[in-house]
Amino acid sequence: MAFTAPKETYPGKVYPVGMGTAEKAVIVGGENVLPFHGFEGEIPGKPLVALEVQDVPPQDWPKAVRDACESVSGDPVSWAKHCQDALGARAIALRLIGTHPDREDRSAEDAVKTVTDVLAAVQVPLVIMGSNHVEKDSQVLVAVAEAAKGRNCLIGKAQEANYKTIAAAAMANDHQLIAMSELDINLSKQLNILITQMGFAKERIVTDPMSSALGYGLEYTYSVMERIRLAALTQNDAVMQPPMLADLGMYVWKIKETTATAEDMPEWGTLPERGIAWEAATAAAFLLAGAELLVMRHPEAVEAVEKFIAEMEV
Amino acid sequence: MLVIGEKLSVIAKRVREAMENRDKGPIQEIAKLQHQYGAGMIDANIGPAEDGGEELMQWMVTTIQEAVPLPVCLDTTNAKAIEAGLQVHNSEWGRPLINSTSNDPERFPIVELAAKYNSQLIGLTVGKGGLPADAEERAGIASEIMARAMENGIALEDLYLDPLVLQIATTQEQALKVVQSVKMFQELNDPPMKTVVGLSNISNGCPKEVRPILDRYYLALLMYEGLTAAIADPREVRETVKTIDVMMGKTLYAHSFLEM
Repeated sequence: MAFTAPKETYPGKVYPVGMGTAEKAVIVGGENVLPFHGFEGEIPGKPLVALEVQDVPPQDWPKAVRDACESVSGDPVSWAKHCQDALGARAIALRLIGTHPDREDRSAEDAVKTVTDVLAAVQVPLVIMGSNHVEKDSQVLVAVAEAAKGRNCLIGKAQEANYKTIAAAAMANDHQLIAMSELDINLSKQLNILITQMGFAKERIVTDPMSSALGYGLEYTYSVMERIRLAALTQNDAVMQPPMLADLGMYVWKIKETTATAEDMPEWGTLPERGIAWEAATAAAFLLAGAELLVMRHPEAVEAVEKFIAEMEV
Repeated sequence: MLVIGEKLSVIAKRVREAMENRDKGPIQEIAKLQHQYGAGMIDANIGPAEDGGEELMQWMVTTIQEAVPLPVCLDTTNAKAIEAGLQVHNSEWGRPLINSTSNDPERFPIVELAAKYNSQLIGLTVGKGGLPADAEERAGIASEIMARAMENGIALEDLYLDPLVLQIATTQEQALKVVQSVKMFQELNDPPMKTVVGLSNISNGCPKEVRPILDRYYLALLMYEGLTAAIADPREVRETVKTIDVMMGKTLYAHSFLEM
C-alpha cells in the first residue's frame, strides 16, 4: 500500500494583493491553502521579502547589521539602488523613521523628497512606512501617498487612531494599505471592518498583526497570525482574508541575542552569524504562521530565507 | 447557518395578488430585500396551486432569479409544479431545494424528482397519520426518509431533516421536543445530517408584537443544538444569527460584528 497524504480543502481564500508596476509588479497572497501547502491548492504569489531601507542613516541599528549596508546607507537612494541592483531585492521597504518627533523630526516635505528620489531610482515594488507615530504618520503618509501616485505602493501603517486619513490618502492615490493592530485578533478584524466601511476595498489591505522576535514574543505573533489565517481559510471570514505582513527586522535587531558580542557572551558564538541566524529563524517562523510579506534587514538573512522558501515550495 | 427567506408566500396578500397578476415588481422587491438582509436562498411558497401550478412555479423561479443571485426553495405540495420549477432553475449560485418529502406515501415521488434533477431535498418528519409525539418518533421517521433517499441515489448531505416546528400557543410541550430532535437528527449519520425548520411556526397564532421575540429566542436554542438552516424572515433573525454564530465560535468576534 503506497502512502497517500491526506488533503484538506478550505472554503476560504486569501486575497491576492498587487504591488508595483510593469514587469516588476508582484502579487502577495492569493492562496487557498495553509502556508506551503501547494499540494492541496493554489499558491499564486510566493512569499515576498522586502529589504528595509531608511530615510536617515541607521545609527540605531547594531553593528552586525549596520556593517552590511555601511557603504550605501548614508543616503536612501544609493541604499535602495544597492538593494535592488547588487542584492537582487524583489521589493524594498522604505521606513521614514527620521520623521519621528523624537528622532530627526523630518518634515512631510523631506519625506516626500526622499520617496520621490527613491521611486525615481528603483523599479521594484516599494513598501512605504512611517515612523509609527500616530499624529506624524497622518501628515507624512498623506503627503508621500500623493507623491507616489501611480506607483502602486503599499503604504502604512494605518492604526485605529489614524486609519481614516491614511486610508483616504491610499484610496485617493491608488495604493495598498497596511492595517496594523497590536497583537489582538479581534481588534485586527475590527480595524479591517472600519477601513472597509470607509469604502476602501478589502482586497487592497495587508494586515500587520504586529511582529516580534524569536525569544521576544514570537509565539504571540505566531499565534495571532495562525488564527487569522485559519479564520480566513476555514471560516471563510471575508474580513480576515488580506495577506499578512511581518515587519520583523526592527524587532530582531535590538535584542540581546543580536547585539551582545562574542566577548560578552562567549557561549553564544560570534556576531554577525548569530544575528543573521536569529533574523532568518524569526522570518521562517512567520512564514509558517502564514505571513506572505516580510520586512527584513540583513541581506544574508534574506538570502537564507529565500533559500528556505525555494526548498519549501512544492 | 443558512437563512431561507420565507417572505414569498401565497399566504401574504400582496404576494398572492402579485402571483395571480404575474406582477414581477413586488416579488422581485421582496426577494432583493431578503438577499440584502442575508438570505442564502429564497423560498417560493405557492401553496397547493392545483390549477396552473406548473406555470406559476416556473414564473416564480425565473422572476426571483432575475432579481437575486440565489438558489430557490420550491415550496408546494404539487409535485408537477415542483418538477416544472426544477426545469427552469438556474443553479449557478447553488442547487435548488425541494420543500418537501415526508413519510406520507403521497410524498414519495418527490424523492425521485430530487434525484432526477440533482436537487437538494427537505424531509419533513411526519407520516400519514397524526403529528409525531416526541424526538424519538421524529428520528424514527427521519431514518425511513433517509433510507428512501439513499435508495433513490440521493447523497445524505443533500437531505435536510425538518422536525416540524409546532405552535407554542397550542402545543407548548413540543417546542423543546423539536430542539431535541435537531440534536438527535445529527446523530443519525456521520457526517451529521443537515437540519431545517420553518421557524415562524413557533409563534403562529400569537400576538403580532411577541412573534419576533419568540422566533428569535427559539432560533437561538435551535442554533445551539446545531441547526443548519431555517426558513425565516432574514431581516428579523439577522441579529440572532450573527450573535449566536459569534458565541458558538463560528465567526470571529469584532466590535462591529453586527455590521458585517
